[in-house]
Amino acid sequence: MLTRFFLMGLDKKAGVLLTVLAVLAVAVPVMALGTAPDSPWHLSTHTVALLGKYLCFALLALSLDLVWGFVGILSLGHAAFFTLGGYAMGMYLMRQIGSRGMYGNADLPDFMVFLNWTELPWYWHGFDQFWFAAIMVMLVPGLLAFAFGWFAFRSRVTGVYLSIITQALTFALMLAFFRNDMGFGGNNGLTDFKEILGFDIQAASTRVGLFVATVAALAVGYILASAVVASKLGKVLIAVRDAESRVRFLGYETDRYKLFAWTLSACMAGVAGALYVPQVGIINPSEFSPASSIEAVIWVAVGGRGTLAGPVLGAVLVNFGKSYFTAALPELWLFALGGLFVLVTLFLPKGILGLAAQLRDRLPARATVSAKPADQKGV
Amino acid sequence: MHRAFCWLLAAFLALAAPASFAADLAPLVRGLGAGSYAETEKAIAGLAETGDPAVVPVIEALQAGDLHVRKADGAVVVAKRAGNGYALTDPLTGAALGEADRNAVEKIRINNALRRTISATLGALTLMSPDANTRRQAAEAVFKSRDANALDALNTALAKETDARVRRAMTQARASVLLAGDAPDADKIAAVEVLQERGDQDARALLNGAANTGSDAVKDAAKKAIASVEQRLALWGAAQNLWYGLSLGSVLLLAAIGLAVTFGVMGVINMAHGEMVMIGAYATFLVQEAFRQWAPGLFDFSILVALPVAFLVSGAVGVAIERSVIRWLYGRPLETLLATWGLSLALQQAVRSIFGPTNREVGAPSWMSGAFELGGLTITYGRLWIVVFAFLVFGALLVALRKTWFGLSIRAVTQNRSMANAMGIRTARVDALTFGLGSGIAGLAGVALSQIDNVSPNLGQGYIIDSFMVVVFGGVGNLWGTLVGALALGGVNKFLEPYAGAVLGKILVLIFIILFIQRRPRGLFALKGRAVEA
Repeated sequence: MLTRFFLMGLDKKAGVLLTVLAVLAVAVPVMALGTAPDSPWHLSTHTVALLGKYLCFALLALSLDLVWGFVGILSLGHAAFFTLGGYAMGMYLMRQIGSRGMYGNADLPDFMVFLNWTELPWYWHGFDQFWFAAIMVMLVPGLLAFAFGWFAFRSRVTGVYLSIITQALTFALMLAFFRNDMGFGGNNGLTDFKEILGFDIQAASTRVGLFVATVAALAVGYILASAVVASKLGKVLIAVRDAESRVRFLGYETDRYKLFAWTLSACMAGVAGALYVPQVGIINPSEFSPASSIEAVIWVAVGGRGTLAGPVLGAVLVNFGKSYFTAALPELWLFALGGLFVLVTLFLPKGILGLAAQLRDRLPARATVSAKPADQKGV
Repeated sequence: MHRAFCWLLAAFLALAAPASFAADLAPLVRGLGAGSYAETEKAIAGLAETGDPAVVPVIEALQAGDLHVRKADGAVVVAKRAGNGYALTDPLTGAALGEADRNAVEKIRINNALRRTISATLGALTLMSPDANTRRQAAEAVFKSRDANALDALNTALAKETDARVRRAMTQARASVLLAGDAPDADKIAAVEVLQERGDQDARALLNGAANTGSDAVKDAAKKAIASVEQRLALWGAAQNLWYGLSLGSVLLLAAIGLAVTFGVMGVINMAHGEMVMIGAYATFLVQEAFRQWAPGLFDFSILVALPVAFLVSGAVGVAIERSVIRWLYGRPLETLLATWGLSLALQQAVRSIFGPTNREVGAPSWMSGAFELGGLTITYGRLWIVVFAFLVFGALLVALRKTWFGLSIRAVTQNRSMANAMGIRTARVDALTFGLGSGIAGLAGVALSQIDNVSPNLGQGYIIDSFMVVVFGGVGNLWGTLVGALALGGVNKFLEPYAGAVLGKILVLIFIILFIQRRPRGLFALKGRAVEA
């Protein structure tokens, strides 16, 4: 029955996406480890890490689509959950450094020694165990989202107001994490990682392992999200998006549904962050900046809101574009990104996948106007 | 620098003073080079008796060891090293007397006893200076140094002083000297009272000293005085915080008020609002450049010219944005948010490409620089003008919305778009102009902010979140809400700062707003009725 629950949400799009992910999970390890370095098929460690980074962003975009595309909550603070997950993983990786740091202190990370701290703060305890960190990766963003959502949804803060306070949330976290006294490395954040689960974090095989883990996480996240969306609960969520008051009057406690989707989404974002940190090798407070949250929103918009597969595609495409532009034409990147925001909202309100669907609808019979999807009020 | 100034002053005084006066001084100056320390001291005393300010540079030269005797004729000269020899000048007139070999002059030596006499004489001479400011500075210097040698000079000067402010400074200086020295208790207690009246940090430090060292009577008086001074200081500290809060609040008001128009009146989230502010600041920069180029003499008026220019430029950009992007997105606030965010990125990059990523220099006109003291407060003119300006803009906007035809149209469209349309108001045009108005006000804010912040492409980014907080806190669609919101947030921020630090204070304010929104989801002054759900 559980299997049915998870599989019922899968459609053709899902099939394509999961197949692509499966191919990546096989092809990338083979190309990175099984080919000679001078072969044209060889993937460098750098490329593997880059691909892994894109897929982490894709998971973040997926989590954002779950709340924006299906519940109508535009979060401008999803990077907060992503970064918190990242910090949880970063703390584990910091503890793994042990006495190999600059100051050779077995218990304290370098930056604490530098600040003349003598004892590990209480919230750093337990992070030397991977299982603990792995739980925290989901628990910390989840709890924050739960508390935040509990208050916000119960007092019926919606629309623009909600967006602005999510932005305030991530901004406040950024300011907090920039402080040295917080015990998270201040400005510099956490970096200089050595190993994860006993594997050298720089080694090609570890990078490939992390990549495969990311692919797996994305696939699981996707299956989970599409199952939620296709379930009865998902129908209520979509109804909340389209006409919240009506759903409330029909007797549903909309804030609970919203809270569930919101918390689940935050946990997914946390996992994405946790996979992101070992692959890029650093986590610092600038990840909290409202700008990075808004950038994640554009990935979703480009790919197509409310399609699940679209945001995954959007995140990969936009970030590929970013890597290309910032290397080749750094001056033009912000123009391109800014233009993308404007063009997508003006001309592609349903994103790339929406456009594709529209074209497909029109092709067989040009005369008939395709049925318009339900008007999304207040979105 | 200081020395050069002294010489200029000396030269000036020498020119200004009657020739006979200078001639009277000349034999006395010559006496400085007579030989023994005792004779030098006598000559100094003679010079001091004249009370002539022209003497000051001579004695300063003596103090600095620049005064020499020319061996050939026994004349006293100022000798400065120039190449292998010395360049000689007359100590009184500053006239050049040619160069001399190193052996041709002999330095007038001074010992420690003489040094004390010299500094006391200098203090006395400046205390007697005809310029009230110089006298006051001299008194302040004595206050800080607590030099017992200056006491006699201070008493003499006090007897002659007529200017009330200088008199007060001298009385305080005298009190500080008395309190530090071994004066009788009665004098000390009187001094404590004088210092209590002064009531600032310096006075407290002096009183603390007295409370630890003096006799019991003095100690008691000093302790009482300290308590009173501390109370006063706390009061002024609160006033200072209030002023800082008002100042920050007015900056927030300036930044947020344009947003209140676009967000409140039109329901449009303009994430590019900060960039409108930035464009206003760059417009100021360009206007100032033009002034520097063509009319440097009128630089003080550049800000006044920049105001309309910034308003028009930002307003025009705003109208262009509304016509090209936003009008397609009415009724979809979240998508407007994304589109305007994109515009803000593009605008930032455009400015960065044109003007470069570094800060641009925007000067302050003379009437905006400097500061004045108000009791225990130091208020800079720049900040004061910004506060005044913020309220002027607020008032003008309020009048524009209430009393003009355009304002009436804006309100009509806000309240009921279709009805307004039916009554013949061209809503599309009102939309464009309203957006232009909001952006133009942001431009005005940019002129003001260019005076206190770095003019860089990132200028607007620093204000956008704060402005949103102000508008959301104050309540959308209500300008008074924006005013109260800005002042409240500014005040709270500044009052938290001394206790929590700047960053933590800001975090607390953000958390406060997040919680506040839970209680009142539509802000402090929420619109009621149908407009809420529109």
